[in-house]
Amino acid sequence: MIQHFADWLVYTVFGMNPESHWGEAVHFFFYDTIKILILLFSISLLMGIINSYIPIDRMRRYLATHKMYGFDYAIASFLGVVTPFCSCSSVPLFIGFVKGGLPLGVTLTFLISSPLVSEIAIAMFWGSFGWKIALIYTVSGFFLSIIAGMMLGRMNLEPHLSDWAKQAIKDKQLPDVETDTFGIPFHKRIVPIAREAWNIVGGVLVYVIIGIAIGGIMHGFIPTGFFEQYISSKTWYAVPLSVIAGVPMYANAAGVVPIMQVLVSKGIPFGTALSFMMAVIALSIPEATMLKKVMTWRLIGIFFGITTLCIIFSGYLFNLIF
Amino acid sequence: MNIKILGTGCTKCVKTYEVVKKAVEHSGVNATIEKVEDIMEIMKYNIMTTPAVVVDEVVKIKGRVPSEQEIINLIR
Repeated sequence: MIQHFADWLVYTVFGMNPESHWGEAVHFFFYDTIKILILLFSISLLMGIINSYIPIDRMRRYLATHKMYGFDYAIASFLGVVTPFCSCSSVPLFIGFVKGGLPLGVTLTFLISSPLVSEIAIAMFWGSFGWKIALIYTVSGFFLSIIAGMMLGRMNLEPHLSDWAKQAIKDKQLPDVETDTFGIPFHKRIVPIAREAWNIVGGVLVYVIIGIAIGGIMHGFIPTGFFEQYISSKTWYAVPLSVIAGVPMYANAAGVVPIMQVLVSKGIPFGTALSFMMAVIALSIPEATMLKKVMTWRLIGIFFGITTLCIIFSGYLFNLIF
Repeated sequence: MNIKILGTGCTKCVKTYEVVKKAVEHSGVNATIEKVEDIMEIMKYNIMTTPAVVVDEVVKIKGRVPSEQEIINLIR
């Protein structure tokens, strides 16, 4: 249906030639933008509903009071996926988790999966690469967060928290008992959830448009297979190089994914592109500065280092599979 | 009445501030609105998700952008 609409709009209303570069580029732009916005709204809505039934402070208490034998990592990772990520929430969440008695490794799992697998990332991957790739991204991001968190959890990193964080954690006063939200009927929940989903769409709209516009132009003008002559899955250093380049970059999944989709269609190996995107989305310089409040540079270095290693490893894995 | 908006300055926090400002104007309630952006100050309120709205030192809303009507109901 979206296909028909885009066809009609670009070729009939605008009267552009489907064979021309510009026609192709403009068509790609409208088709992808509409598709992604619909997906983004639906996925945000779904996650908002899940999130509404498992409030984060309740889960935190549950995790802290039950022995989980490693399953707590999986719950933390899942929680990170369904919690709408806001970079400014990472410090309060971190303190709240550790203070509530959660192991540092479990907390770090949450801290990785929360930005890495967000509603925005899933919608962008679905819209640009299809639902199979979106599923692969989500599942691998979920497990990557668990594995990295478990590795970090074994390293006894508590002494490397910042002095302020240590102080804040010692103060054992926990957040107030939350009002019981379980009795709220569904029809009363859905309105604020839908509004929130709408806000998410509105918030990234401009990045989606810019990303797809650049992607659209590249799509029309770069010849197919262009990159194959420079980079292939056999170039062993391509994965670590692109991941390390991606770590300091701060970009929204909304802007990066459509551009990478074009690069992949023009010959960049899929695993290399995917691990690059993971690095861009999960880690960044602003994130590090934010974490500086609760961690020493040493701990930030270890945290980023282990996460980077896991992303590089998954890049090789994807290049092997695809 | 004193209303504080807790948040380190992300888009959601800015939006919350605007909503609260409008709500106060439209309700005619006499209230001072204050932005709290220092994370150490924010953590004193024992919250885990921002933005948060604090009315007279009591945390009323956390982790989401409220609607104008919600705020009006809170302060009336």
